[in-house]
Amino acid sequence: MNTETLAALGEPNRLRIIELLRAGPRPVNDIRGRLGLRQSQASQHLKVLKDVGLVEIEPRAQQRFYRLRPQPLKQLHKWLDRYRHLWEERFEQLDEIVEELAQKEKSDAADKNK
Amino acid sequence: MQQTRTSERTMKNKTTVERTSDRELVVTRAFNAPAHIVFEAWTKPDLLKRWWAPKSFGVTLFECEQDLRTGGTYRFAFGRDAKNPEVFSGRYIEVTPPSRLVLTQLYERISEVGEAVVTASFKESAGRTHLTLSQLFPSKEALEGALASGMEHGMRVTLDQLDELVDSMR
Repeated sequence: MNTETLAALGEPNRLRIIELLRAGPRPVNDIRGRLGLRQSQASQHLKVLKDVGLVEIEPRAQQRFYRLRPQPLKQLHKWLDRYRHLWEERFEQLDEIVEELAQKEKSDAADKNK
Repeated sequence: MQQTRTSERTMKNKTTVERTSDRELVVTRAFNAPAHIVFEAWTKPDLLKRWWAPKSFGVTLFECEQDLRTGGTYRFAFGRDAKNPEVFSGRYIEVTPPSRLVLTQLYERISEVGEAVVTASFKESAGRTHLTLSQLFPSKEALEGALASGMEHGMRVTLDQLDELVDSMR
């Protein structure tokens, strides 16, 4: 996983291509038509996705089909998840302290009212 | 046993992470306590030492020096080895208890990247506190570099979108 993969996904049309390919491999004309892209745009985006390994080409009869390669996305997900996990764990530890402080405040207030 | 764990998990307040621009990451989370309590836990060194370093990552917050006032400086030393720690340092741009804390953050090992600006805002409602934590990096490259180092991450897609994508690929 690298920053190029992230950058590749940061472009909205490329993300739409990835989402479209979840349904299965498609030829470039079909991708272009469904997303309303110009031929040159579609080819450029597909090249970027192919260069970072998010899609691969599968020749079928006279056409080139683009197919999703899930591995980089799974890796990316793992990475993003690790960051969220870092904060989740911090916050769980923080929950304990916050609860402790709240309890203490309550009992201090009760003592005062005695 | 599995059942118990699942129900505990659903009781937890949800942590969200999103990249809101080229150089900004935003984390949100709610806490079941008033803002002055959450703010205290965010700003007292003895309390910070108990939560800021996540235990399962095997790291400890060794030092936590701070002069908690606008213009004051701080230094956090953490990691696995106290003799060779990672250091975050910077100064407070705004200290407004119990609602807002703004500080600069320099990761000293790669100080040439420059300072990030971290803003923690604590909004209280009905006895609970909603935290919004923003980290604004000096550049897109700084955010992505931090990401590559494993500490941070970012992209336009939210985690929920990715969760969905990955689930559909299993």
